[in-house]
Amino acid sequence: MTSGSIRRDALAIGLASGAYAVSYGVLAVAAGLSVAQTCSMSLLVFTGASQFALVGVVGAGGGVLAALAPALLLAARNGIYGLALVPILRGRTLSRALQSQLIIDESTAMARARSERASAHRAFLATGLSVFVFWNLGSLAGALLGGGLGDPRALGLDAMFPAAFLALLAPQVERPAARIAAIFGALIAVALVPFAPVGVPILASVLGVVPAMRELRRTAAGTA
Amino acid sequence: MSWTAIVFLGAAAYSMKALGPVAIGRRPLRPALAQVLELIAVPLLAALVLVQTLDGGGRLVIDARVPALCVAALLVWRRAPFLVVVFAAAATAALLRALGAA
Repeated sequence: MTSGSIRRDALAIGLASGAYAVSYGVLAVAAGLSVAQTCSMSLLVFTGASQFALVGVVGAGGGVLAALAPALLLAARNGIYGLALVPILRGRTLSRALQSQLIIDESTAMARARSERASAHRAFLATGLSVFVFWNLGSLAGALLGGGLGDPRALGLDAMFPAAFLALLAPQVERPAARIAAIFGALIAVALVPFAPVGVPILASVLGVVPAMRELRRTAAGTA
Repeated sequence: MSWTAIVFLGAAAYSMKALGPVAIGRRPLRPALAQVLELIAVPLLAALVLVQTLDGGGRLVIDARVPALCVAALLVWRRAPFLVVVFAAAATAALLRALGAA
């Protein structure tokens, strides 16, 4: 995997995220946030799903406390990504603390798709920075210009993200244990969508590692 | 919307992100923990694929995203480049919607 292809893929993911950020900016201002608040949230929170959830609840007339609960549940999965990135992130504590702000679905998926540590770290940084730049520019554009920029769904951008995650997952599930983790995780999440609060299905999918660890122990015992 | 809520959410979201990279840091990992960390993002990414395809606001729906994901899966299986996969998926969904088919 060359640096050129990492940069190109990271740029495409960033641009698609930027288009979504325009929608976020429009919704945030419509929900009563100022332009400064809309942009500060993208800089400080920098987790798309949480930001959409927050302005969605506030825009529908819900209170701030009611809006914070789903936003926090959606943000919690970044904690799991942070753990997955411990072996990949480099640098001193301060540098790692700064890089942590870039931990999101996209940067984690791009990093974990690469088995070699240095290129995984390059993919993490390139994707995180690309999404950060376009997410914040898009938020500002949406907040200032309003809804004249079209619906990202008409361009099929909502279908782009699951396709991207599938492509980035594929090289990770060649090992049987990872395949088991993926299948159980996906089933747990889909089964929970109709019942659980927003954010919980993805978070609960982490339990997919339990049968995967059993598989690892079983094969380790078999070869010992 | 208050600034307090925005700053609180920012601080909470950041704390969760930074927990692993800052608290565990560069200390050598026990082998069992290292094995878990190698696997821990896999179920979440798999869950994202299906939830982002099927979630219609708290219920499961089948719309243009499903054929788009099928196209993507076929291309991933054929080892197509990443950009081909994502743009083919977006084009499939956009085309089906433009035709009013899904």
